[in-house]
Amino acid sequence: MKTIKVLGSGCAKCVKTAEMIEKIAAELDIEASVSKETSPEVIMAYGVMSTPAVVINEQLVHSGSIPQRSEIEAWLVQQ
Amino acid sequence: MFQIFTDFASWLVYQIVGLSPGTKVGDALHFFVEDTSKIFALLVFMIYIIALIRASLNVEKVRDYLATKHRGIGYLLGSCFGAITPFCSCSSIPVFLGFTSAGIPVGITMAFLLTSPLINEVAVLLLLSLLGWKFTLMYVVVGMAVGILGGIFLDLIKAERWLQPFAAKAYQQATSKQQTDQGASTKTSAMSFQARHKFAMSETLDILGRVWKWVFIGVGLGAGLHGFVPDGWIASHLGDGQWWSVPAAVLLGIPLYSNATGVIPVMEGLITNGLPIGTTLAFCMSTVAASFPEFVLLKQVMQWRLLAILFGLLLASFTLIGWIFNFTFA
Repeated sequence: MKTIKVLGSGCAKCVKTAEMIEKIAAELDIEASVSKETSPEVIMAYGVMSTPAVVINEQLVHSGSIPQRSEIEAWLVQQ
Repeated sequence: MFQIFTDFASWLVYQIVGLSPGTKVGDALHFFVEDTSKIFALLVFMIYIIALIRASLNVEKVRDYLATKHRGIGYLLGSCFGAITPFCSCSSIPVFLGFTSAGIPVGITMAFLLTSPLINEVAVLLLLSLLGWKFTLMYVVVGMAVGILGGIFLDLIKAERWLQPFAAKAYQQATSKQQTDQGASTKTSAMSFQARHKFAMSETLDILGRVWKWVFIGVGLGAGLHGFVPDGWIASHLGDGQWWSVPAAVLLGIPLYSNATGVIPVMEGLITNGLPIGTTLAFCMSTVAASFPEFVLLKQVMQWRLLAILFGLLLASFTLIGWIFNFTFA
């Protein structure tokens, strides 16, 4: 079970990122809980300045853009 | 160099569509076709080239660089980087916090954030092609001056007092830590041409995707002004640079929310119709930089008092700019 957080101030790109991850996880049949984190304080704590950013199991893996499909697949498959 | 777009518009509007030159509709449509085709051609070409060059610049690097600089030069650098660093306006808050928690003074951070919407490569390109290099230079200098002076002012009044508590705390921690630790710098790696090309492509598509509708709306409004507002109407009603017309233009610009791409074609229409240059500048800058949605976002990191000061500061400086330019160019 992976805990995935999408950090961002609620802009269109962040919503899209979260949707993409949920969709791909469902396709690959991987259990994942995807949530959006919009609190500036929390985003700051992760040291992120460009959103959307992706945190998997408390590890920051991406920031600054909507991730590519191949990147998302790699994160999900990785143990 | 831009003649080809005039010819293209003449061919399309007068020969294919069959409108005759000199009619209102013909004029307006010609203006619309010429400007949109010119703007899109320029945008695609130049955004790609510029993105190729600045591919390796990002907010993280700017932060690390600014954090090590002396305060005096920081305002100028902050404003310069604000003009050239790409970042989505929805990232303003994380960028603000990232700078603040790295111990960069609020004034320098705000110099960065204030200049950013006013000056960017799209705005500069449009100004160059529509209004010429003199006006462009003026616009850039004034835009940076707003960022730099605004930043210095905010530090003079110790604006960090009015941050939201968590942001103020992060700033204090960073500044007290800085004496011992000079801030870890992020790793810099050289980018391959392949990676630059990929970045430039996605940047071009991304910017076009965001601005295309503004180009149509902006040029459409400009074309409307061009064809349908009677010649001389603006010049005779607002052309003398009546003092009140500048604050009125600034106030009018606040509820109108647009980015520079949309407002610059409108500026062209206003100026060619005889609106004084200062009034036009004031209107444009107010539309681009002072908008309610952005201020509501900033509320997350600033207290009301600071927001109100910032808002007042912007309005006052745009009004002042308008008056100075109207006076100088009258």
